[in-house]
Amino acid sequence: MFSNLAALCRYRGLIQTLVVRDLKARYRGSVLGFFWSFFNPLMLLGIYTFVFTKVLVGAHPGEMEPYALFMLTGILPWTWFASSVLESSNTLIAGGNLIKKVLFPAEVLPIVTVLANMVHFFLGLVILIAFLIYYQRPIEGLQLLWFPAIVLVQLIFTTGLALFLSAMTVHFRDLKDLLGNLVQFWFFATPVIYPMATVPMDMRWLLNANPMTHLMISYQEVLFFEGPHGHWQWLMALGVASIGVLLFGYFVFDRLRDSFAEEV
Amino acid sequence: MTPAIDVINVSKVYRRYAQKKQFATLKSAILSGSLLGDLRPEDAFQALKGVSFSVPKGCTYGVIGSNGSGKSTLLKCVAGITRPTEGDVKVDGRISALIELGAGFHPEISGRENIFINGIMLGLTKKEIQRRFDEMVDFAEMQEFIDAPVKTYSSGMYMRLGFAVAVHVDPEVLLVDEVLAVGDQSFTHKCLDKFAEFRRRNKSILLVTHSLDLVEKFCDTAHWLKKGVTQGEGDPKRMVAAYVIDVEDTEEHALAKAEAARVAAAAKTVAAAPDAAAESDPPSGSLDPESGAGPEAAATQGPKDGFKSDEGRWGTREVEITNVTITGPGGDAGHVFQSGDAIHVRMDVHARARVTDFVFGLGLFNADNVCVYGTNTSLEQFRPTEIEGAGVVTFTIDRLDLVEGTYRLDLAAHKVDGYPYDYHRLLYTFRVKSKIRDVGIYRPDHAWSFGGGIKISDQK
Repeated sequence: MFSNLAALCRYRGLIQTLVVRDLKARYRGSVLGFFWSFFNPLMLLGIYTFVFTKVLVGAHPGEMEPYALFMLTGILPWTWFASSVLESSNTLIAGGNLIKKVLFPAEVLPIVTVLANMVHFFLGLVILIAFLIYYQRPIEGLQLLWFPAIVLVQLIFTTGLALFLSAMTVHFRDLKDLLGNLVQFWFFATPVIYPMATVPMDMRWLLNANPMTHLMISYQEVLFFEGPHGHWQWLMALGVASIGVLLFGYFVFDRLRDSFAEEV
Repeated sequence: MTPAIDVINVSKVYRRYAQKKQFATLKSAILSGSLLGDLRPEDAFQALKGVSFSVPKGCTYGVIGSNGSGKSTLLKCVAGITRPTEGDVKVDGRISALIELGAGFHPEISGRENIFINGIMLGLTKKEIQRRFDEMVDFAEMQEFIDAPVKTYSSGMYMRLGFAVAVHVDPEVLLVDEVLAVGDQSFTHKCLDKFAEFRRRNKSILLVTHSLDLVEKFCDTAHWLKKGVTQGEGDPKRMVAAYVIDVEDTEEHALAKAEAARVAAAAKTVAAAPDAAAESDPPSGSLDPESGAGPEAAATQGPKDGFKSDEGRWGTREVEITNVTITGPGGDAGHVFQSGDAIHVRMDVHARARVTDFVFGLGLFNADNVCVYGTNTSLEQFRPTEIEGAGVVTFTIDRLDLVEGTYRLDLAAHKVDGYPYDYHRLLYTFRVKSKIRDVGIYRPDHAWSFGGGIKISDQK
């Protein structure tokens, strides 16, 4: 397993090329092209902003103003996570030709999916920066140093999950349908469109058990709320757990690897 | 020197799952309460059984065998795409596998970008690809279209580009699975030249193909697989010959089985209605000269009923054809012969009582039901005297000068006026094989000679 993991470093060039291919291919032949990366989060943002500021007025506390900015800090990383999970579950089946006909390191496929979606996330950050400047939110430079750490933890966690799910989907094809529902449930079980502060105390344990909660709180504390990043201990703990998830995901993937060429 | 490819006692078992579990879903797994049970194979199919060989550096190694003999599985094991269930495969040096050309091309992006991606997948670095880029494009003859998206390519262009990338990876070991049929003649020649260049540069090629010519011409060693088991390894000409004989054997069995079934079925219909067949106006034999329906008459007047009718058997059985065998040059009964072989058609006949009016005839038809030849003893001026009890009729063809194909025989015993004793219509089948792919109905004995300014060499 570890020798395979080490071999992964050799595929850097391949992964890089495939991520670029993925991005290019996705936007080629569409009119708006690469602006779709902005369009999707903006669309979501528009919907939720309308619902929570015009329809359900007063459903959120004042600390969440400006609400659009609050939402954006959560929706962008969530979109990265959700798309990665959903797409990676199908990636081995879609890339069946490569696995069956070419000597190809299969783990590259889910990893490429996660990374391509990470690039989208980075592109979306441009909008976030524009909002931050528009609302003139003060960002403490020191707090910003946490940002790469949060991204890294999310990357490790998502990759582990993507490896696990992509391998399992080869054997259980309906997993990807199930995931669609699961991800939606997961979205509302994570403080993305509401802050943790509004969650009743007796329900907090449930949200604390959700790894994505801590990532979202961290993003919000660093980018939205003023004051220090008080959630860093949770983040570190999640970082360690994520490495566990990655190793587990890779272990499962490695165990099932030989079956891919036959089952895909 | 270590061999380029070393295959040691490789077996491969494909697991087969029960039909109802073919589309395993999580839902069904949970409902049936056996997550692991569904992953357990119901049945196993052994694609390779203890195959061993080694390919020295610079050697071109051919693998031949019928469909389903495990050739492609073997190649996949060598390529590392699947892992052998047992045994070990060692490959020394970079492999490039021409198994599926253009696998991994993305349809939306241009040929140029796909070359880079495909090259990197096959283990090249960007710089190496840059250096070889023009060579690849030239090889694929794609200069005009290299910036168009791959989805707009024809399948030939797609394959050519895939082939160009794969051979320019500069592998130490090249694995080729039946991919030479990708282009027109000139492209095929280019591919073969490329293989020749590989050989000169002391690279190894493992070739899986149905093109036996290619194996004979190109390979240093051939390996014959049958149902996953090695049948032999060695000189390509010898292996190909052995394989061809085996294929003929298999065809032989199939033909013999089909023929036995046909003859049995025909015998049954006769047994059911022998009188009807005798009394109703019988389809008059095409081998009957005096009714004007002989072979030459048939050619001018068009086929009569009997000519059109399907395989079958009719007649009164006063003279019965009890057994028919076709024997080849070795004297063995068979159904597959080489063009030019001497063959004997032997009929065992039996007359229940003394018969004085009888003719034996034979008609030879090709697969299109065109009469290639027909004759009988009356046409050839034999005067019947008598037959009683058992007898043997042998029809000998010294040289079976027919082109390759399947042929069927009519055999008959009848009266001079065409009244059938026992007419076997298209019941006997044999196949003619030929190394020369000539066409037509008949192959006259012939020779070519050249003079004047013609320079030509005999490839035989």
